[in-house]
Amino acid sequence: MINLIYLTTFLPLLGFLINGLFGRKIKNEKIIGLIGSATVGISFLIVLGAFIQTLGLPVEERSNTVNLFSWLSVGGLQIKFAYLVDQLSLTMSLIVTGVGFLIHVYSIGYMHGDKGFWRFFAYLNLFIFAMMNLVLGDNFVVLFLGWEGVGLCSYLLIGFWYDRKFEKGTTSQAAKKAFVVNRIGDFGFLLGMFLIYMTFDSLNFKEVFTRAASFPIAESTFGLIALFLFIGATGKSAQIPLFVWLPDAMAGPTPVSALIHAATMVTAGVYMVSRASIIFASAPAIMTVVAVIGLLTAIMAATIGLVQNDIKKILAYSTVSQLGYMFLAAGVGAFSASIFHVMTHAFFKALLFLGAGSVIHGMHNEQNIQKYGGLKKYMPKTYLTFFIATLAISGVPGLSGFFSKDEILWSAYANGGFVFWLIGAITAMLTAFYMFRLVSLTFYGKERFDHHHVHPHESPALMTIPLIILAFLSVVGGYVGIPKVFSGKHGNLIEGWLEPIYAPALAKLETFGSHSHFEEILLMALSVAAALSAIYFALNVYRKNPQIAENVSNKFKGFYNLLLNKYFVDEVYEAAIVQPIQKGSEKFLWKIFDVKFIDGMVNGVASLVEKGSGVVRKIQTGVAQSYAVIMMAGIALVLLWLILSL
Amino acid sequence: MSSIPMEYYLILSAFMFCVGVAGVLIRRNAIVVFMCIELMLNSANLTLVTFSSYLGNSIGQVFVFFVMTVAAAEAAVGLAIIIAIFRNKKTVNIDEINIFKW
Repeated sequence: MINLIYLTTFLPLLGFLINGLFGRKIKNEKIIGLIGSATVGISFLIVLGAFIQTLGLPVEERSNTVNLFSWLSVGGLQIKFAYLVDQLSLTMSLIVTGVGFLIHVYSIGYMHGDKGFWRFFAYLNLFIFAMMNLVLGDNFVVLFLGWEGVGLCSYLLIGFWYDRKFEKGTTSQAAKKAFVVNRIGDFGFLLGMFLIYMTFDSLNFKEVFTRAASFPIAESTFGLIALFLFIGATGKSAQIPLFVWLPDAMAGPTPVSALIHAATMVTAGVYMVSRASIIFASAPAIMTVVAVIGLLTAIMAATIGLVQNDIKKILAYSTVSQLGYMFLAAGVGAFSASIFHVMTHAFFKALLFLGAGSVIHGMHNEQNIQKYGGLKKYMPKTYLTFFIATLAISGVPGLSGFFSKDEILWSAYANGGFVFWLIGAITAMLTAFYMFRLVSLTFYGKERFDHHHVHPHESPALMTIPLIILAFLSVVGGYVGIPKVFSGKHGNLIEGWLEPIYAPALAKLETFGSHSHFEEILLMALSVAAALSAIYFALNVYRKNPQIAENVSNKFKGFYNLLLNKYFVDEVYEAAIVQPIQKGSEKFLWKIFDVKFIDGMVNGVASLVEKGSGVVRKIQTGVAQSYAVIMMAGIALVLLWLILSL
Repeated sequence: MSSIPMEYYLILSAFMFCVGVAGVLIRRNAIVVFMCIELMLNSANLTLVTFSSYLGNSIGQVFVFFVMTVAAAEAAVGLAIIIAIFRNKKTVNIDEINIFKW
């Protein structure tokens, strides 16, 4: 099956071509949905086969390259279009195709009746194609192909309902914002790639990473490369300072938010950092930057999430916050924990988004949680699955989120320090709080919607079955990563599975003193207690005494407004970057530079030629005799010159 | 014959050539211009014959026959063109014929 891995990109591409070219003609939603889902479903089976096959191989043979064709050959630069099938890429591929398949199936129900049904499935398949190239590529160029491809699909899908309003603008503006912000990050990534080629004379993963581990290269070079790569990651994975696009990306249909802006694309940055772990590990200063940015993003987004009222906005900030966790893990050297969290997060966050989609579907496109309430009895399946995902993200012991989050917090404490752990634990507490606020306001309490116009109903089976499967995964997904304290001699399965990928990087990292099991269990108990009390508090406030929340928000009006307006980051960017660029472009680049200088130059050359030829054309009279006179004069001059020079 | 110096012939030929050139440049009637061209050709012939005689080399005289042949052919073609132009433009004044421009 490893040799068939190219089918996992080829099939979604085929699905994209069929639905994209003929979808308008096919019209039948069942056929379009079947093509879209089946291509991804078969890809998942192939990845699963490759995964099982790889599991059967001895550890040192688990990294296989599948060469497809020679892509670019320029002088010494040889780029092969090849896929690297190893532990990391298989893990990511399983998530992408597995969760992707479920979301495709869900979309058949969710997008039912939409006039762009075929377009939606074409874009989704194109996205899977690009994402699979991103995670499977065996060099930075194929990775970059996927990287840009998912960015394009993200743009297309955010602006999918291009004729709809979104907040103060249109969905197209949100799409453009996502694209432009991503471009800034991509520019950093590109510079990082150039530097890698200059330093290591190759872009192939294996060659670069072996050379990085053995060549004597200055730490500053590593630092610069790592910094540029991390800038790329902040763009794609919505970290400070480039996180602003992700909340606006909620303009797209909800399955898109689940697939692209929660489960897969936004984790591309984490994957890339994790893939280049040896480069990051060789630059300790940048590792700290990664960890601090991750931590700041995590707590900042969590605080914003506390007060938002749009169900998808809350989940969007929650995603930003969880991505911050992943970077915190990568930054403290716990690369396998970050990938573990990518996986569990993909399960429960995709579930949360799909559940939110189900609620929005049942509530006739209402997204304000203040206008929900008491939906539990109308949507039992959605409620139950949503509740499980909420427990998982809150870090309730026994569910997937607990294991990955705990692994990260413990690594943050062991390799980063107490402050890292503390802020991480506070973030976990805030997460539990805002998630239960969301659940309480949506499913419990008084029904605050208009009964005459809104008739809440459960979604069809096509939508609830993926929810149930994801709920199952959210529960059991964590058991592949049981902490060493509890699992004994088998150790942490996912850590052991990914260990060969990170071995060179971990060998380079400094190890901090050992910590006792007692410490680990104590910290775990503390963070769990914090999360549980936050849950209790949230339930108490929003289920029973909603006026408390109002009182608090009135008391701290300034802070509340600061959070409600997302720390005014958008406004600051607007004033500090967007406006100056727009004004500068209009006032100087357009009105002066373009009109006066560029146009002036072009028109100047033209008028110079016109004036010059106006003088010269008078010579051409058309009368033979005047030509003859000039000819004679020329001959006379030549003769004179010959005679004089004798 | 040998008493007349070579310079006399050459000066005469140069004078004839200059008359021809002046005629070509300033006369308006195409026929006259044409005749002036013949004058220039014949002055060249005179020079050739002169040098042939003084140097005792007959090649110059052979050239003269070639020039006369070419001149005859040119006269035939040139007169035909002039007639054609006259039929079109009802004039043979070459300052009125300015078709050499775009």
